[in-house]
Amino acid sequence: MMKFLKKTYTYLVLIFLYAPVVVMAVYSFNENRSSKNWGGFSLRWYESLFQNDEILTALYYTLIVAALACVISTIVGTVSAIGIYFLSGKVKSVMLNVNYLPVINPDIVTGISMMLLFGYFHIKQGFVTMLIAHITFCIPYVILSVLPKLNQMDKHMLEAAMDLGATPLQTLTKIVLPEVLPGIVSGALMAFTLSIDDFVISFFSTGSGVTNLSIYVYSAAKRGISPEINALSTLMILTVSILLAVVNLGSNKKSNVKGDR
Amino acid sequence: MKKTKILGLPYGVWMIVFIVFPIFLMFLYAVRNSAGNYTIKNFSDFFSPIYIRILWDSVYMAGISTVICLVLGYPVAMIISKMPEKKRNIFLVLIIMPTWMNFLLRTYSWMNILGKNGLINKFLSLLGMAPMDLLYNDGAVLLGMVYNFLPFMIYPIYSVLIKISPSYLEAAKDLGANAVKAFIKVTLPLSVPGIITGITMVFMPAVSTFVISDLLGGGTHMYMGNLISHQFLQKGDWNFGSAVSFIMMIVILVVMCITNKFSKTDKESV
Repeated sequence: MMKFLKKTYTYLVLIFLYAPVVVMAVYSFNENRSSKNWGGFSLRWYESLFQNDEILTALYYTLIVAALACVISTIVGTVSAIGIYFLSGKVKSVMLNVNYLPVINPDIVTGISMMLLFGYFHIKQGFVTMLIAHITFCIPYVILSVLPKLNQMDKHMLEAAMDLGATPLQTLTKIVLPEVLPGIVSGALMAFTLSIDDFVISFFSTGSGVTNLSIYVYSAAKRGISPEINALSTLMILTVSILLAVVNLGSNKKSNVKGDR
Repeated sequence: MKKTKILGLPYGVWMIVFIVFPIFLMFLYAVRNSAGNYTIKNFSDFFSPIYIRILWDSVYMAGISTVICLVLGYPVAMIISKMPEKKRNIFLVLIIMPTWMNFLLRTYSWMNILGKNGLINKFLSLLGMAPMDLLYNDGAVLLGMVYNFLPFMIYPIYSVLIKISPSYLEAAKDLGANAVKAFIKVTLPLSVPGIITGITMVFMPAVSTFVISDLLGGGTHMYMGNLISHQFLQKGDWNFGSAVSFIMMIVILVVMCITNKFSKTDKESV
């Protein structure tokens, strides 16, 4: 009885979480333009998606900003984390605390403060300002995922490398980087997903003409979004699921190999 | 290796320009009027009944949605943490995966479900019932908050529960505690750090959101987030808007301090 209740409850929560996702996927195959009626199965929105310039431009900006923000914040974040790791005392704690600010501040405060900065210096808002904002809120997450790995690292390894004649640069690339690689990867993933999903900070830091998907959806939601967006979101969730399945299968195989040994 | 410290310098400069200075600017705008003279009027204006009401409404809605997330999420976290490992990982991914779909799109999708011609009302009309006004009210906003932030409650609680050694529960049972007592005396106190993280991760975005209240609430009710964006985008009053943002920041910091205190006292008592 208890088991049945637990199962039902978990599935109910999952249904709640997936309801909007499924609804979008179903409507993406709807022949009718409005979501009021079901007009039969059709792929027409998938076809017209690739002719809708507004959505494609938004998708382009979303992906290019996410890719650039991810690469830049991962590099800067990793380098800075190593720098912070070797710092000590007051400077270190001040840097760590300031680094926390974008994490604990509400998005809207970060977005507004960015808008004030660009407005104060009369910088025209657009692609570059949005990218700067994204990099600024992504770096802290990279640092926060690299720093713990650095702290776990055995300090004696560095000394050993130096004793054996490695230059500081060699020590960094041959010892430190491989050691913290998992932290770098998870930081990069986090930066990419945060950037791709961001609305509020982009909304306040972008200018006319530069719109990412979130901003497009927000400004179109009230007048009714064209059904192509349903098709796009279905494709996106499908991509994520396939990627996930591939990653999971890969890691399962690895653990199987380990088990065989 | 000592010189490696230098690597922190570029980001130090970046932080001053893009984190510290913008917040300082926000403060500067908040304590000045549009003519550039220093004043506390922006703050004193805020302490009028209308704006206090907005602050209270935001805190209240965020509080309620946090409680609902906790009540709904804790059992899920517990059930998943007791599954066999393979199943556990699958369910965890299932809980987190919806958050990888664009947040705006998921919220928009609820408009299609709750709207006048939405799925629920269509279902009701099939049953011969009158359509209900489900969208553009506080209930819809609450639903949107719970929906969007529930995974943020489940995940931290789960990651604490999974670390609790089963031998504690066995010990409790050997000593004569029944399942309920073992839960109250052992599992619940040990999971407090996860609950605290969950509460902050739900409350923070909920108290400052303006998307959910805008799309699902239809702008009928103003919350802090809406007030801030309204001041900046519609009214163009950067000074008052900055003051409100600053107050928002203070509210968050106070909540952070309170929750931090809770988790610290708990560590000491254990």
